[in-house]
Amino acid sequence: MKSIIELEDVSLRVREHIIRMSTDGGCFTGASLSCTDLLVYLYFNYLNINKDNLKDPERDYLFLSKGHDVPALYGTLAEAGFIEKDRLKNHLKTNDYLYWHPNVNIPGIEFHSGSLGHLLSVASGVAVECKIKKQSNKVVIVLGDGELNEGSIWEACLVASAYKLDNLVAVVDRNQFQANLKTEDLIPIEPLERKFESFGWYVETCNGHDFEDLDKSFSNIPIHKNSPSVIIIDTIRGKGLPSIEARADRWFCNFSHDEVDKLIEELRTQHKTELKSESLWVR
Amino acid sequence: MNYEELLLKLAEENDKLIIMTAENRAAIRNLPSKIKDRFIDTGIAEQTMVGMSAGLALRGRIPVLHALSTFLTMRAFEFIRTDIGISGLPVKLVGAVAGFLSEANGPTHQAIEDIALMRGIPGMNIFCPSDEEELIQGMPAVINDSHPWYIRYNNMSASVKHTEFEIGKAEKLSTGTDITFLTYGFLLKEVIAAADILRSEGISTGVINMRTLKPFDSNAIIQAAKESTLIVPVEDHLITGGLYSVICETLIQNHIQAEIMPVALSKWFKPSLLASVLEYEGYTGKALANKSLVKFQELKNSKYELTHGR
Repeated sequence: MKSIIELEDVSLRVREHIIRMSTDGGCFTGASLSCTDLLVYLYFNYLNINKDNLKDPERDYLFLSKGHDVPALYGTLAEAGFIEKDRLKNHLKTNDYLYWHPNVNIPGIEFHSGSLGHLLSVASGVAVECKIKKQSNKVVIVLGDGELNEGSIWEACLVASAYKLDNLVAVVDRNQFQANLKTEDLIPIEPLERKFESFGWYVETCNGHDFEDLDKSFSNIPIHKNSPSVIIIDTIRGKGLPSIEARADRWFCNFSHDEVDKLIEELRTQHKTELKSESLWVR
Repeated sequence: MNYEELLLKLAEENDKLIIMTAENRAAIRNLPSKIKDRFIDTGIAEQTMVGMSAGLALRGRIPVLHALSTFLTMRAFEFIRTDIGISGLPVKLVGAVAGFLSEANGPTHQAIEDIALMRGIPGMNIFCPSDEEELIQGMPAVINDSHPWYIRYNNMSASVKHTEFEIGKAEKLSTGTDITFLTYGFLLKEVIAAADILRSEGISTGVINMRTLKPFDSNAIIQAAKESTLIVPVEDHLITGGLYSVICETLIQNHIQAEIMPVALSKWFKPSLLASVLEYEGYTGKALANKSLVKFQELKNSKYELTHGR
């Protein structure tokens, strides 16, 4: 267990890793920075997963369903000792497996993702098997808010509720954006709490960048016996870098080396950097 | 003129055109404000987009759909087959970042079976432009055709001056008695580079750009097999169901024996940036020239042994 100050320190280092991966080809920087605090909280203070119990059937599970934010996971896994920090330098290179979406060649990653709307079903399968074995481990899955467009999410919601999976916890990274658009400007998903409730889930909401608030919500799990839980975390795309925060055009970023240095400085000072690299539309 | 400008022009000329996307606006981001209610974005919901396109086509429209190839052709496969295939509606499916173009996205985004799947739908046609110029050349014919089409999109710049486009006709860029490459999509550029290398070594090399894989130019395939010692299909697609399969089926149906060395994938490729992928998977012009030359010399030597060894 880490104190809030220690968690904040880890988050800062993970954000630095993400920025360093946002060059020479780049990555989904904006999406990664919104769930950084969540992943740091989960790996350091909530989940029973560490580099030594990865094969233990009684460990907790973390599934990253919005797979394009994997730099946040690579960074967290490096800080938590699952992989060498030096390995992050191999991002996008053919000598390793650190590419734009998660895969099981990275210790700590339970399942590949990238195609949205798959892992709630996979996580439900894992959760139902844990129930059959009467194990008490938890299955946590991180969903994107844009990902909720996928019909398969709502099919899985119905099934998880039908099978009373109270060991299943979905976290929605509600950063308000999907690719280069605002969710509410495209296919509105609000009122989101009521949607989940009407599908038989119990809902918590919290500030996804406040460790105390995250802890308060996660300590309520399961919110209701015999029902799956969802925690909707209010987050900011690009959190930590004022120059890209909450911007539709900074989902995928490929910065120059010079900009990377300036952005790492910006993380600490919170003074905006002037960015010359163009806004990218990769989808 | 780029692809987006072409779509705008076609939409202005023909009010039947509806442009759709499953939140993949990169190539068509300026259209919503210009064509207004004839632009429909369903969000990340490919099945719904395909189903809706069938409904729009039932009302006489020509929907042109944009999504990433994997999710368009695979996630929505049964909707394509059932709603568009069975009814034969003139829906045009434009799949982006197919094959190697998904670069470092990983297997979830690698459409390397898209052609096999689309070929398997009766009535569905397939257009695989080698660059944006050819895409723009072919799109008007594809849109005006009464069949459903799958377009393996790419917007790379052209490496050759293309001849006139005709559905079902390959573009024969050169002929060769030693080796003939057959290919489609952006790999044409690498194949042309390979042919140049081989020619500089005195190997008579031909290059055929297939353009449409359904309908396809069977005469071009037959002629290449008859004229060249070795034919080399090159594709960023699984070996099953793509161009290699098209060639084998054609030659067997026509009782033609030929030496074929397919360059195709047997599994998901190494995710990385495009230049590194081509290097790692052996698809650069140089790698293609090397492996074709080795095979060609092997064939020549074995033929020599057959004629002189007895």
